[in-house]
Amino acid sequence: MTEWIDTLVQGVLLGGLYSLFATGLALSFGVMRMINIAHGDFAILAAFAAIAIVEPLGLNPFVVLLVIVPLMGLFGYLLQRGVLNRTLGKDILPPLLVTFGFSIIIQNLLLVTFSADTRSLNVGELGTASIALGGDLAVGVLPLIIMGVAVAVLAGLQWLFSATPLGRAFRAASDDAEAAQLMGIDNRHIYGLAMGIAMAIVAIAGVFLAIRANITPADGPARLLYAFEAVIIGGLGSLWGTLAGGMILGVAQSVGLKADPGWGILAGHLAFLAVLAVRPNGLFARTRDR
Amino acid sequence: MSLLETHKVTAFYGDFQALYGIDMKVEEGETVAIIGSNGAGKSSFLRTLAGLQAAARDSIRFGGEAIGGLPAHRIVGRGLAMVPEGRRLFPSLSVEENLLVGSYSRRAGPWNLQRLYALFPILGERRHNPGTALSGGQQQMVAIGRALMSNPRLLLCDEISLGLAPVVIKDIYAALPGIKAEGTSVLVVEQDVGQAMKVADRLYCFQEGRVSLAGRPAELTREQISSAYFGV
Repeated sequence: MTEWIDTLVQGVLLGGLYSLFATGLALSFGVMRMINIAHGDFAILAAFAAIAIVEPLGLNPFVVLLVIVPLMGLFGYLLQRGVLNRTLGKDILPPLLVTFGFSIIIQNLLLVTFSADTRSLNVGELGTASIALGGDLAVGVLPLIIMGVAVAVLAGLQWLFSATPLGRAFRAASDDAEAAQLMGIDNRHIYGLAMGIAMAIVAIAGVFLAIRANITPADGPARLLYAFEAVIIGGLGSLWGTLAGGMILGVAQSVGLKADPGWGILAGHLAFLAVLAVRPNGLFARTRDR
Repeated sequence: MSLLETHKVTAFYGDFQALYGIDMKVEEGETVAIIGSNGAGKSSFLRTLAGLQAAARDSIRFGGEAIGGLPAHRIVGRGLAMVPEGRRLFPSLSVEENLLVGSYSRRAGPWNLQRLYALFPILGERRHNPGTALSGGQQQMVAIGRALMSNPRLLLCDEISLGLAPVVIKDIYAALPGIKAEGTSVLVVEQDVGQAMKVADRLYCFQEGRVSLAGRPAELTREQISSAYFGV
């Protein structure tokens, strides 16, 4: 029994990491109606950038976040202003193709620079530290930190979207880009800011991933898939839904893994399929069908 | 110097030319109406003024400054706001949020939420409702209020009576004197000639992308107007 409770708890906490991956994706889709195929690869790029800074300097990975997150945010803004804004329009294909191209370029650049070896970020004892909950039950400190950060990020975004002029501008531009311009909103700038925030969050996700697990340059697409599944399970347009989606995915994977070491990933995909079959709009969808 | 002055404004929809050299003026404090049948180019003209369609820089002067072809979001900041055809409220925003988005450009001026709720009391009562949950007339009030929140010197209104019941149209136009009293000039596009004649200080009639008639309502005869309107 304790083992199963443990499995559930691990799964729920894994959901924190998944929701960090999912939030950036949900943001770029929510504001720009754009799917960033290279989303997972940008996370891996941020993780390798962190590794490249941490290893020679011997820094703590958490300290590197202070550099990587703003850098990726700035990179996201410039990428949107310089490239991705030009792909937006009535046709949804150009952004898909361009970001698919970025995905391939990033994977190969990382392969050339860092080789195909698995790498990770070492946080020392924190990586294995745990808090005993009584009985045989214990939770890792690191997964708890990641969950805490995920909740803080989501709460921050919720506040940004519901209570600030910038958040209103995001929602207005998402609803009707032309009418938003008539309100004095510069869509190109707003889209840049949205992508900047999405990239900053995905940088956090990438660094946490490299702290939790081993990564290789080819890991991006799988991360995109989990993020996508978490967003769809939670429902488009619902920020807290992405956390629930991440948790459901995490629990399904943990339970599958417990049943058989080969079933973890499959169980996650099956949970996604089950939600799609029952609630095609996701569990907490708020966006309207257009 | 006129508040707004256009000189040979042209506009295209793809290969189709919608406007053929429009010359017109709006003076400070004036209410001007543009009338004309469907497809006469009235909406294209307003969209061009608001920066949603391309124009030569010098073809539109606003407050003495050439603004033709500037992006829409920069034109709002100069004090020219538009109430778009079909209202175009933001569905995921409440009434109050829709109004607040209007103040995004942060132009200083007389308009704020309290003033608007005094002008349209029903909006104050329903400020937490989704904008699109309101009746058509109330939605039009939100659309007008949203544009006023940018404290414009000139308010462009595109077909604000379209699809509304006559009694509702009366309510909406009743707000016009209050808007003018704050020093805002108004340019309305109307298909309803009677309504336009009532509110306008001056009137332009468009026909097939050209100005077919201009003058003060009192000085224009019914024959002149119907000939300019229908081209017969």
